[in-house]
Amino acid sequence: MAIEVRIPTILRPYTGGERAVEGKGSTVTELIDQLEADHAGIKERLVENGEARRFVNIYVNDEDIRFTGNLGTPVADGDTVVILPAVAGGAVSFI
Amino acid sequence: MLTIDQATHDAIIAHARRDHPDEACGVVAGPIGSDVPARLIPMLNAAMSPTFYEFDSGDLLRLYREMDDNDEEPVVVYHSHTSTEAYPSRTDIKLAGEPGAHYVLVSTRDGAHESGPVDFRSFRIVDGEVTEEEVRVVDRYADDASTQEKAEH
Repeated sequence: MAIEVRIPTILRPYTGGERAVEGKGSTVTELIDQLEADHAGIKERLVENGEARRFVNIYVNDEDIRFTGNLGTPVADGDTVVILPAVAGGAVSFI
Repeated sequence: MLTIDQATHDAIIAHARRDHPDEACGVVAGPIGSDVPARLIPMLNAAMSPTFYEFDSGDLLRLYREMDDNDEEPVVVYHSHTSTEAYPSRTDIKLAGEPGAHYVLVSTRDGAHESGPVDFRSFRIVDGEVTEEEVRVVDRYADDASTQEKAEH
């Protein structure tokens, strides 16, 4: 058994259009490194300066990793990881 | 072009007025591939700000799960600007994460939150490129898209 990773529409170009891919690792960091090995380019969309990007949400078994240890959050076979871009914006120009 | 029914169009404006001076935000979901904005889902602006909006991360997960379960996708992603025009800001463009969606902006500036016309505009935002599109408001949707889908099943 592997870890199921659900891929949002905007990142499916990296997975050949697949909505879900399999991954492995013992932390989210390792999982993302494995994803990068299989789907080059995807890591840069998830991680910036060693941290999860502010406007990408990553959930392990429905828990936002911001509340469970960020990229160090443990994962194991059978877990489901969901990646969703934040839905955010507004008149402010701070980015 | 965005085709949207009058009731949904009016409900988006009502939501924007209700939340003024904060930005209001939400989604109109529709059957995958239909391009029909059928089910309005007003969302809480977790930022509660007059210049920024963001869906709460837990709400976001529940929303996408629900759409998945219903074979829906976000046909429209909408939000309001409360003191600037109904045009995507640099922030809107940078954070636009649904290349298939119609990005609807409404402006409640200059007293529009109380009365008078409200600018209601729609855009495609793909790879940082903004393209405005026509908005066609209809009384109700013709049956073609949804019934054809059903007939094929």
